[in-house]
Amino acid sequence: MAERVVKLPDVGEGIAEAELVEWHVKVGDAVREDAVLGAVMTDKATVEIPSPAKGRVLWLAGNVGDLLAIGSDFVRLEVDGTSEPATEAAKLESSAASASAKKSDHDASTPRVPASEPSHVSRSQPSAASLQHTGQRSLAAPAVRLRAREAGLDLRQLRGTGPAGRITHDDLDAHLARGHTGTTATPYQAQTAVTDIKIVGLRRKIAEKMALASSRIPHITYVEEVDVTTLEDLRAKVNGQKQPDKPKLTLLPFLMRAMVRAIAEQPHLNAHFDDEAGIVHQHAGIHIGIATQTPTGLVVPVVRHAEARDLWSCAAEVARLAEAARNASATRDELTGSTITITSLGALGGLATTPIINHPEVAIVGVNRVAIRPHWDGTAFVPRQMMNLSSSFDHRVIDGFDAAQFVQRIKLLLETPAMIFIEG
Amino acid sequence: MNELSCKLLIIGAGPGGYTCAIRAGQLGIDTIVVEAEKPGGTCLNVGCIPSKALIHAAGEYEAIARAAVGRNALGISTATPLLDFAKTVAWKDNIVRRLNSGVAGLLKRAGARHVTGRASFRDGKTIEVETQSGRQVIHAEMVVIATGSEPIALPLLPFGGRVISSTEALALTEIPAKLVVVGGGYIGLELGTAFAKMGAAVTVVEAAPRILPQYDGDLSEPVARRLTTLGITVLTGAKATALVADGSALALASSDEQTSLEADKILVTVGRRPVMSGFGLETLDLDRNGPFIRIDDRCRTSMRGVFAIGDITGEPMLAHRAMAQGEMVAEIVAGLRRAWDRVSIPAICFTDPEIVTVGLSPSEASEKGFDVKTDLFPFKANGRALTLERDDGFIRTVARADNHLLLGIQGVGAGIAELSATFSLALEMGARLEDVAMTIHAHPTQSEAFHETALKSLGHAIHI
Repeated sequence: MAERVVKLPDVGEGIAEAELVEWHVKVGDAVREDAVLGAVMTDKATVEIPSPAKGRVLWLAGNVGDLLAIGSDFVRLEVDGTSEPATEAAKLESSAASASAKKSDHDASTPRVPASEPSHVSRSQPSAASLQHTGQRSLAAPAVRLRAREAGLDLRQLRGTGPAGRITHDDLDAHLARGHTGTTATPYQAQTAVTDIKIVGLRRKIAEKMALASSRIPHITYVEEVDVTTLEDLRAKVNGQKQPDKPKLTLLPFLMRAMVRAIAEQPHLNAHFDDEAGIVHQHAGIHIGIATQTPTGLVVPVVRHAEARDLWSCAAEVARLAEAARNASATRDELTGSTITITSLGALGGLATTPIINHPEVAIVGVNRVAIRPHWDGTAFVPRQMMNLSSSFDHRVIDGFDAAQFVQRIKLLLETPAMIFIEG
Repeated sequence: MNELSCKLLIIGAGPGGYTCAIRAGQLGIDTIVVEAEKPGGTCLNVGCIPSKALIHAAGEYEAIARAAVGRNALGISTATPLLDFAKTVAWKDNIVRRLNSGVAGLLKRAGARHVTGRASFRDGKTIEVETQSGRQVIHAEMVVIATGSEPIALPLLPFGGRVISSTEALALTEIPAKLVVVGGGYIGLELGTAFAKMGAAVTVVEAAPRILPQYDGDLSEPVARRLTTLGITVLTGAKATALVADGSALALASSDEQTSLEADKILVTVGRRPVMSGFGLETLDLDRNGPFIRIDDRCRTSMRGVFAIGDITGEPMLAHRAMAQGEMVAEIVAGLRRAWDRVSIPAICFTDPEIVTVGLSPSEASEKGFDVKTDLFPFKANGRALTLERDDGFIRTVARADNHLLLGIQGVGAGIAELSATFSLALEMGARLEDVAMTIHAHPTQSEAFHETALKSLGHAIHI
């Protein structure tokens, strides 16, 4: 018996490593020649690695999810007879590489050979055939070429004014001053300049969080139309008769109360999903994050225990936190710990949005602008105050049916606001 | 096992590798360069530098020897000179040693780490190095392959015993009485000429109809004449087949006869090939370009993060090409925008007289579809060449007929290697014949021939 090493082949995309996504065998298994040992994934394709020989698995390279370097040991097999591991590995590599090349779009990573490189083998006599004054090549001194390259400019866009059409520093200066506009006079000037802005501070945090949420959470977004005419009438009346010490009611406190009622029926929407542990933490306390635009970027202050607050308390807390967020006095506690979030672009309008879930929550409710739209009441079009709700859910743990049910429940409560306040 | 990691790992500290490492170090990149031998590669250790040292020593000796036998027009005579070849070799070795430590010092000053040992790829971004103190594993984000090239042996004349490569020729401790050089390319002629000047009876065996087949006949002709003057026998159209039975001679086959040549040493210089094995390259399965590693205009191979530079990437196998590639790759790794856009790679043949070529030859320019003006100016009409007793050779320009843009410049003449710089500069700057004609060339110098060539091509040469 002998040991044969199966190496991870170059899967043909010019990469240095690939992610192990699946083992088809385990240590001790007997495998046939060409049986699939496992699969690795690259940016573009999943590639199955076949066994080069019949044998028994002695060792596997790692666990699913590990990144393995191309050319590293993949599987060790116990095989009959004496082995020629290098030959087998090389044979396997070439077959796997050619198989994967068919699957992947290879063009972008295929290098091109410089024209100055002769393709034939020859003696080491120096070649003189390296000049490239062809029609495609621009004539310019090395310093001009370097400046152009650093400016991201293709010199073929320029017409040189120097002898034999040579592009001078002055030609380059003039071109750059025009903003890379090419050589023809036109009012529409192509702009190719790139300004690099480093993402730092809060923006970086937002970027990281959004990327995390968007990349980790498969979103399902559900948009529904809500008739808020009755609610707006009620809101106007309450605001008209409110005590001076009470805050002005916006639509938000009503929505929060409606969400509290809906969550009572679907508590699994008020939760955090720890996907690494595979656990959903369902919270009894409803802590509603309110996505708030501030001069420095988006922050999410949290109205804690919305289930224990009445309409006025919700309104007061939203107003207090919004002010704290805008003047940057919100504490860390006030900016963390939400279990579900509301996002609103408010007066900016828009028919619908695709809210990104506030990771690790599982649901977010987005409010779109209220507008008067014609509504068919069965006999005629009547003007109604309409608003869209755009809500996203973590589709890993929330099914579309549950999502729809949740939004429909909120719709019912907002369209018949008295029901928000009916107990039981 | 000891493990290191770095951003940039360079395999090979030849001209390409060490230049890449120094530039990377200057740019603040955490760099390790791995080399089994002394730094400097073929060029410094067994190529350019030691061969030029020997060529210089041979030239000096030959001039004095000529004076001793009365063949001296300058009125100089001397007693019979003696060549202490051991001392010559020691002097040559000292130059190499000084440059070795110089490169090591430059690497250190640039902050690049240098690991001595034989590298081998474990995978695309990990190598193992066999060092004197044990096995060292190095992980890198990016890798540069700069393993260079090695002499090609003939199947029926494997290296060993009397049959030597250029490497062994440069390490000889005594002048062979009878030296046969197989291959009439630049390496064979450079070394053959040097040994002939130092007293060896040299025969050059070339299978092609003439020596230096890579150059056009105009350029090789002055060299061929000089070989005859120096007493070197040149057999063209002759093929070395094998050693004769007792190993003392080389069997030859030409078109009509079989002969043999007695030889103390047989120097085989039929070319060089890239070093592609012995360091686990086969495990990476990189795309090839014939026998070379395929690269793009940024020296990137088919594997992300793996670059290749120098002889392993193809012709021309020249140290300064590798250096330019190494510098460029370091800058690319540092995030600078760079791509290979050089107009020309100069090439010098250090024969006697020397040959310099930059850009396109007349035939290459015509093949590319250019309508060209070609003119040459002979050193016979150059004052400085006459004062140096060397009026053989010429300078030639190849320019576009329509706008006089220089496409190529060639020259053959004693000591004109240094003119390669001005030729390269002219091409790289996009000079026209008028630019050269309007530049004052100091008198008396050999470079005036360049000026005169341009004038002649424009129809108003002064000195011819």
